[in-house]
Amino acid sequence: MLDLPGGHVRGGFLMKTILIIMVYLIFAPLLGGLLAGIDRWISARMQARFGPPIWQPFYDVLKLRQKENIVVRRSQNFYIFFFLLFIIFTGGLFFAGYDLLLVIFALTLAGIFFVLGAYKASSPYSFLGAERELLQMMAYEPMVILVAIGMYMVTGSFYIADINSFPHPLLRYLPGLFLGFVFILVIKFRKSPFDLSMSHHAHQELVRGIITEFSGKTLAWIEIAHWYENVFLLGIVYLFCASQPLAGCLLALAVYFMVILVDNVFARLKWQTMLESSWAAAAVLGLGNIIVLHFLR
Amino acid sequence: MINLSAVIDPGCRALFFYGGIVGLLLFLILFPLLAALVLLFANDRLRNIMVKAATVIIPVYSLGLVFTHFNLPVFHFALQIELMNRIMLALEILLGMYIFWVGLKYRKYWISILIFIQVVLMTGFELSNGHNLVIEHNLFVDKFSIIMALIIGIIGSLIGLYALGYMKDFHAHYQEPSKDNRKFFFFIIYVFLSAMFGIVFSNNLLWLYFFWEITTLCSFLLIRYKQTEEAVNNASRALLYNLLGGVAFVIAIIYLYVTKGVVELDKMIALGKAGALVPAVLLSFAGMTKAAQLPFSSWLLGAMVAPSPVSALLHSSTMVKAGVYLIIRLAPILQGSLAGLLIALVGGVTFLLGSFIAVSQSNAKRVLAYSTIANLGLIVMCGGIGTYEAVWAGIMLIIFHAIAKCLLFLNVGVIEHRIHSRDIEDMSGLIISMPRISIMMQIGIAGMFLAPFGMLISKWAVLKALVDYNPLLAVFVVFGSAATLFFWVKWMGKLLEVVKPLQDREKGISGTEMLPLYILASLTVGVCAFYPAISSRLIEPYVIDLYGRTTTMAQGNIVIMSFMMGLIALFPLSFINYGKRVKVNDSYLSGDNADSSIKFYGAAGSIKDVQIKNYYLENYFGEAKLTENGIVLCSIFLVVMFGVAFL
Repeated sequence: MLDLPGGHVRGGFLMKTILIIMVYLIFAPLLGGLLAGIDRWISARMQARFGPPIWQPFYDVLKLRQKENIVVRRSQNFYIFFFLLFIIFTGGLFFAGYDLLLVIFALTLAGIFFVLGAYKASSPYSFLGAERELLQMMAYEPMVILVAIGMYMVTGSFYIADINSFPHPLLRYLPGLFLGFVFILVIKFRKSPFDLSMSHHAHQELVRGIITEFSGKTLAWIEIAHWYENVFLLGIVYLFCASQPLAGCLLALAVYFMVILVDNVFARLKWQTMLESSWAAAAVLGLGNIIVLHFLR
Repeated sequence: MINLSAVIDPGCRALFFYGGIVGLLLFLILFPLLAALVLLFANDRLRNIMVKAATVIIPVYSLGLVFTHFNLPVFHFALQIELMNRIMLALEILLGMYIFWVGLKYRKYWISILIFIQVVLMTGFELSNGHNLVIEHNLFVDKFSIIMALIIGIIGSLIGLYALGYMKDFHAHYQEPSKDNRKFFFFIIYVFLSAMFGIVFSNNLLWLYFFWEITTLCSFLLIRYKQTEEAVNNASRALLYNLLGGVAFVIAIIYLYVTKGVVELDKMIALGKAGALVPAVLLSFAGMTKAAQLPFSSWLLGAMVAPSPVSALLHSSTMVKAGVYLIIRLAPILQGSLAGLLIALVGGVTFLLGSFIAVSQSNAKRVLAYSTIANLGLIVMCGGIGTYEAVWAGIMLIIFHAIAKCLLFLNVGVIEHRIHSRDIEDMSGLIISMPRISIMMQIGIAGMFLAPFGMLISKWAVLKALVDYNPLLAVFVVFGSAATLFFWVKWMGKLLEVVKPLQDREKGISGTEMLPLYILASLTVGVCAFYPAISSRLIEPYVIDLYGRTTTMAQGNIVIMSFMMGLIALFPLSFINYGKRVKVNDSYLSGDNADSSIKFYGAAGSIKDVQIKNYYLENYFGEAKLTENGIVLCSIFLVVMFGVAFL
């Protein structure tokens, strides 16, 4: 039951919300998987390779489901299941139009289940990955909350439904916050130079980091969770231009392409650089934007 | 002569009813005192009986306040007892002489100087004006007092119960230089509780000051309990800083009386910003010293030398909470003033730096202490900006923080007695060696920062209040919370992660230690279910009474939070599948496992232990540097605060 500005809860509205959530549950992973396939295809082209077919991520996940599930600690997979559950929950809240801050808190909760699962696995590599994942969360969290504050300052509401129906593109008021958000999206999409907690190839210094000790079906859950998460993150990008839906979608796609490009151009940086630069981005771009808004109001 | 003239709001005039409430208040102040006197002379058996009885009686009477108070916003009580004022003055002078002597004994002359100033000012004031002072109401009770009374009564009593088993263990197993002085220890604990009830029920500022000073002295005596050099030094520092606040308190009372002829809390608040800003700023200063804000935070860290029940008491239900109680009380006066903004800045910087420094600490108690300091900063921030939203958020913080922090301290106390370390790195694998304690520890930690638990709800409200007041202030919360997340989760991870086989160490923890832990763990979760009721029955009426409007969590968000809680509650169910459909293997050690996951082959065939250690990021969040900056920055804020208030 969403508290609309009027405060009424209507049956029709509830039906609509349920419908949106159903659509999200089914189509978000399809879209997320497809985006992942496109990502691999584009990356391959950028590296002058042919690359796998676009549907490869789906084949991977289906194959993972049939693999043996090997664990170090018997309870480690439970955390990952709740990670998936809360990621789906977060996206559901987002697309149903709830409070943006609550969405961010739910996302944090989901992320913490992921980290705890890796801690529980108790191997040096997953431990290192977990610590780095936490560093990543600490690095991007301020920026994400600042985005919510900025959107609230412009639209007067934390509710995504209200932000979505704001008549002007938010990008016009929040350019700094937008740039800052794109910056931390590199972390959230687990892309180079900030793919510190896990790497795509296991031959690097952190092996596969946070996911080192997960296998089979559990690894498939992690993959699906990322699909849900990526769609939801692009949803936030869309909000910056929600008054023109088409432009909003294009903006989200452009940002996605940008992140892939960055991924292929940069090598991994140290966590110090990540923490410093993302907090600097939050302080300069994010806070700077909010200061300007505050004094213009 | 006891004059029970009822001057209460219309709506209820039944004398027996009024008498019932005033009886309750006096009982809550006097019963712990009585218990304390019994405990001073009790042998072990009588102490057990007395403490257990008090653990039932004090919470029951605190809860009784909720049910007898009905829907009236506020009760004031005349309760004119001439003798009482005399006794208080005499006790104050005695107390002052004792502290003066303490200062001389330990060669901490500033203590002697400060207490001398305080006593001279206070006795001079009372003797010269004593007969002119017209006090209409000495005591009062409103919804906020009731909330505080519940915290003091329930949590304080549970700490008393826990201390029974803990202190026995403490003296049985530890080769401390301190002698077994448990009679005195329990005496002070219950005097402390009595004084805390006095603080939250006093309307007469002279009474409030009296109880305030008693908590200062009690905390000194408790911190000093071990009598080691460190204990004495840290206790003296706590005393010194709190006396600074005490001097400000006395000046506030005199200033208020000289300029407005008022020495009552309700009349002072009624004067508002125009009439009472200067005394409100002085009292807030006293509150900030007690609530261990920068630049005074070091006394609370030093207080860690005391046994764990003392830490729990100081951090959750008493002492520091008296400081923030006073600041939140004065919020309507501070609202919208420049001095209030500076108070908020001190709180904000304290939250930010406290959270940062906690990242760099591996000593469990220091992590908890910095987290307390930080959260108190958040509450001070709420009081400083003083809007209705901020007051609502501030009171929520007081409630949730008290429960979760008490649980954490008591847990760490038990852990320390079992593993003989308070280092977080040594808590590795606690989920195997002390499963119940470890789970309660995790509930406590989740309660401190994670959605949908209490502190997160409050921080959310704080964030909203700040953004509505001035979005720039939100920067403290935004960055501080990120660090909060980091240090709590890495601690949780340490509890979960298991490298080597461990033995069960949980056997033999006394029931008086376990019971409070169970209750507090249930409360940490349960209060999240009940907080809408707590908000609508207690906090919102209080805020409406002051501001004419209130805020609350939106119904839709409450539903979602409950749903999240429901999902989390399903987590333990996954253990039905424990070990099913999985193949257990050694962890990946680059293929060089020497002894399952415990050892690996190093260079030249050497066999090495696997060691996993947390990040502490000292280059960024180093204690010394940040503390120094914080002290300078907050001192400047305080100087400017006094400047703008007085000029």
